[in-house]
Amino acid sequence: MAEQRALHEPFHEAERQEEADRLGMLVFLGSEAMLFGGIFAVAMALRLLHPQDYIAASSQMKLWHGTLNTAVLLTSSLMAALAVEAARGGSPRWAGRALWSAVALGLLFLGIKGHEYWLEYREGAIPGLANAHVGSAFEQLFMNLYCAATGLHALHLIGGMVLLAIAALKRSAREDRQAVLIGNVALYWHLVDLVWVFLYPTLYLAGAGQ
Amino acid sequence: MTAGVLRLLLVWLALMLLLAATLGAAFLPLGAAKPWIGYVLAAGKAGLILWFFMDMRGEGGLMRLATGAALLWILFMLCLIGADYLTRAMPG
Repeated sequence: MAEQRALHEPFHEAERQEEADRLGMLVFLGSEAMLFGGIFAVAMALRLLHPQDYIAASSQMKLWHGTLNTAVLLTSSLMAALAVEAARGGSPRWAGRALWSAVALGLLFLGIKGHEYWLEYREGAIPGLANAHVGSAFEQLFMNLYCAATGLHALHLIGGMVLLAIAALKRSAREDRQAVLIGNVALYWHLVDLVWVFLYPTLYLAGAGQ
Repeated sequence: MTAGVLRLLLVWLALMLLLAATLGAAFLPLGAAKPWIGYVLAAGKAGLILWFFMDMRGEGGLMRLATGAALLWILFMLCLIGADYLTRAMPG
């Protein structure tokens, strides 16, 4: 049976406290979305000012790495959602398995991303590195945007994996039928997924088929 | 398998189909509509993630408002920045 969670001031009811936990997480995620919103705004400005150059620079992206990673992240989101469903349904073991699956898929995402970075490094496409020989000034701008966007996303992904692992290791979290911790960690993981869903057309698809 | 698990699996299947559609559409000669179609399909994926995975379907007004407010402000920001760059070339 799930242990009773401690109430903290100013709450006198578990239900209100849980609602506040969730609202706090959603407001935090709103601020995270604004952070990434700045990156999308930069991408939009670059594309509006230099439409042809943007498409040409995007066509150099590793489309299949990006596509595979989108599928991996969408599947990891499914695992996080299944973990919440399992915890609410009173199946702590399945909740744990689903959380670890989401972590494993996060690692797979990082592996694919790392391979992509490695190929780009070998091609000299990463600006600022010793072997960099990025073509035009615009290509350099685009690659700066790409590195900032995917780097920031990867940092969030690593943070999300740590949170998922903490939730998976905590027995009280897995046995919580309200799924407060698992639910909030899953929300964070879904945001990481949502950001990638929009990074994919922004960075990879603009130049597809060119 | 419970109804909830089945629902989530179907949503995942829909997400995969949308991903395939997004990739396929990127290779079609759609001209100026191409980025729009890409982003509409991305918004479709985002909608499914928000509604089912993030469980907005089961949330009350307060949670939906908090989530919607963030999305609305991002849209405002993108619209205003877009309006700036799109109208710079206009004769003043």
